[in-house]
Amino acid sequence: MRHDVPGQRDYRYKGVSKVQERVLMKGNEALAEAAIRAGCRHYFGYPITPQTEVAAYMAKRMPKIGGTFLQAESEIAAINMVLGAASAGVRAMTSSSSPGISLKCEGISYIVGSDLPCLIVDVMRGGPGLGGIQPSQADYWQVTRALGHGDAHVLVYAPSTVQEMVDLVVKAYETAERYRLPAVLLADGMLGQMMEPVTFPEEGAHAPIEKPWAVTGHQNARKHNIINSLFLKPDELEERVKSRFLRYEQIKKSEQLAEETMTEDADIIVVAYGASARIAMNAVKAARADGVKAGLIRPVTLWPFPTDVLQKSAKQAKQFLCVEMSMGQMVDDVRLTLEGSRPVHFYGRTGGIIPTPAEVLAEINKLAKD
Amino acid sequence: MTTNILLAGFGGQGILFAGKVLAYSGLAEDKQVSWLPSYGPEMRGGTANCSVCISDEPIGSPLVLSPDILVAMNTPSYDKFIDAVVPGGLAIVDSTLVDRKCARTDITVFYLPATGLANEKELQGLANIILVGKMIAERSFVSFESIDHAIDKCVPARKAHLVEANKRAIALGKSL
Amino acid sequence: MAIVYKKPSTLTDAPLSYCPGCTHGIIQKLVAESIEELGIEGRTVGVSPVGCSVTAYDFYTCDMVQAPHGRAPAVATGLRRALPDNIIFTYQGDGDLAAIGTAETVHAATRGENITIIFVNNAIYGMTGGQMAPTTLPGQVTQTTPYGRDPKIAGYPVRVCEMLSSLTGVEYLERVTVNNIPNLRKAKKAIKKAFQNQIDGRGFSLVEVVSTCPTNWGMTPVEALSWLEEKMLPYYPLGVYKDRSAQKEGE
Repeated sequence: MRHDVPGQRDYRYKGVSKVQERVLMKGNEALAEAAIRAGCRHYFGYPITPQTEVAAYMAKRMPKIGGTFLQAESEIAAINMVLGAASAGVRAMTSSSSPGISLKCEGISYIVGSDLPCLIVDVMRGGPGLGGIQPSQADYWQVTRALGHGDAHVLVYAPSTVQEMVDLVVKAYETAERYRLPAVLLADGMLGQMMEPVTFPEEGAHAPIEKPWAVTGHQNARKHNIINSLFLKPDELEERVKSRFLRYEQIKKSEQLAEETMTEDADIIVVAYGASARIAMNAVKAARADGVKAGLIRPVTLWPFPTDVLQKSAKQAKQFLCVEMSMGQMVDDVRLTLEGSRPVHFYGRTGGIIPTPAEVLAEINKLAKD
Repeated sequence: MTTNILLAGFGGQGILFAGKVLAYSGLAEDKQVSWLPSYGPEMRGGTANCSVCISDEPIGSPLVLSPDILVAMNTPSYDKFIDAVVPGGLAIVDSTLVDRKCARTDITVFYLPATGLANEKELQGLANIILVGKMIAERSFVSFESIDHAIDKCVPARKAHLVEANKRAIALGKSL
Repeated sequence: MAIVYKKPSTLTDAPLSYCPGCTHGIIQKLVAESIEELGIEGRTVGVSPVGCSVTAYDFYTCDMVQAPHGRAPAVATGLRRALPDNIIFTYQGDGDLAAIGTAETVHAATRGENITIIFVNNAIYGMTGGQMAPTTLPGQVTQTTPYGRDPKIAGYPVRVCEMLSSLTGVEYLERVTVNNIPNLRKAKKAIKKAFQNQIDGRGFSLVEVVSTCPTNWGMTPVEALSWLEEKMLPYYPLGVYKDRSAQKEGE
């Protein structure tokens, strides 16, 4: 049962027929293939578990299609190579996992400040520090709040199936280019490592977009282009940031995505994204079987956060339960959205432990009894 | 219908490959499937396990904690997972490597000396596939044709000579 | 009236941000002249660093990208791969290239990226107001070595050309200076060669220019030039440190 948010754009890739064959692929490999089919020919990365298959896949594919695969000396170098390639107007990408994403934050801030589109994949693992290598969602705050310094936002897409990893890669590039900002595909070790059947859009199906701002050499035919994030005059910098925030407002209005399941009559709404949403879905179905009116809202965009669908659902639902593979991060956004109008509870596991459907069901039942 | 399968053993026993064959067989029948491996350092010589879900409906959690079917190919895996099998479930144990007997009466358990048989029948390294053969014989959530098709898909081109051996291993498991 | 001197067409009219007597202005002009003479302005993309030359994007007429501190060689690598037919150069100071960006520098060199790097070594951090650089000399007083750089505490200066000369991927390394007209001519020749190498697809070329910082050295421009000759050149000897094309010809 799938409902896209009314009045919102359907994030499923349209306009091209999908190649019919369903193939079984790991999430990491599927998203890499999706990026290639979306026109990405420049991948720069550095090995880190649990996302290394992205790099390995690109290393195999790119030389055969005239693309670039480059294993950089560090995450820092990789994101700056993306900055360079994106400056030239090509679809570039990098991928990493939590500790590596921390290293990329400097470059991402510059990319935001330079108004460049690109794709950054974060296959989250446990933290802080070196943490662990098992699945986690403990980088929500980092990715939605502070992926680098400054007044800045990036688009954040959170797939929950391997197919959605494919669909959202294509969507992420399109949206990033339309608004000129980086897009993050936020997955976790479970989604990256698991295999599910997928179908892909046809190769070269992406719509090319004009990039008159790109530095490609002016060929003495236009004024020189400058890709830059430095504005030493405060009024000039304020003006730049404000105009960027106007775009952010537009993004908040038109780019929110979420999936609702059994929310129409729900008393208790579970809010979960990515891998957690799959576990929550099992629990919600089990609760329904027990006669508890539970429903699920699964944010697909984490920035912009799908406030519209949450606010709408609060008219019906009596309480909310946020389920995350962290100590509670997205729950902040749910509370900010609902502004105290409904109680918002939290259940999570961290350190690489995936919550079980039984644990989530127990939380739902506890709330149902209260 | 949903079948949740957990395969567990040592790295190098082909746990992940056996899971892949099952997942592909489900795909061949146009079912929903998921395959989730354990990953990280344990993959290099330690314990390896793999969750496979095959279902007529979209799959929620791909992590199998309460398997309908357990394949245990070493003692630590047997000890860790035998009590997690759902009542009415099936456990298939490689008795060449696992010296344990289950006291549970609410599940069906087969003890097959798969590793020993594989060595006898010149199917070295295919104990995993022998156990898959037995699994499908006991619980026909996919057809043997689909398993054959999956083997064709899963055996890499550079090891194409092993396709026949894999199919013989399935037949052997079926006959036990 | 005959024009005996003019600004290269590859520099804009933007007023320079460098201090009086600083040699950045000269070096920048040599780069601009090389681009003009080689006729490559239309296909050149430059990368400016963080430091005194951060606003170099305003001075050159070619397309420009401003890079994070030390990351110019990585940004140039991204540009190189996306724009195989263009000319890509970076212009970096000593803090940028030899401290925070050492990894990016070394690995762009090991990959033999077909790019041109102009490295300005003035033994101090200029933009932040005169702190120790990786190339600050032993005993040299800066804001963060107020008693003189003590190698026991702060280690020894980095010799970039010597360090990179062992790397197989490198095509060309030369250290020059611009303290007098003969040296300036040599510097121009080296910079132009570093661009020509790229045009010919020869690979990684870096020209280190030993430079002055009168403001932060606390000297007049003339005193600074003397200090450069007396103190810096003995530690940073001028010359060619690697030239693969010359080696091949010599074989």
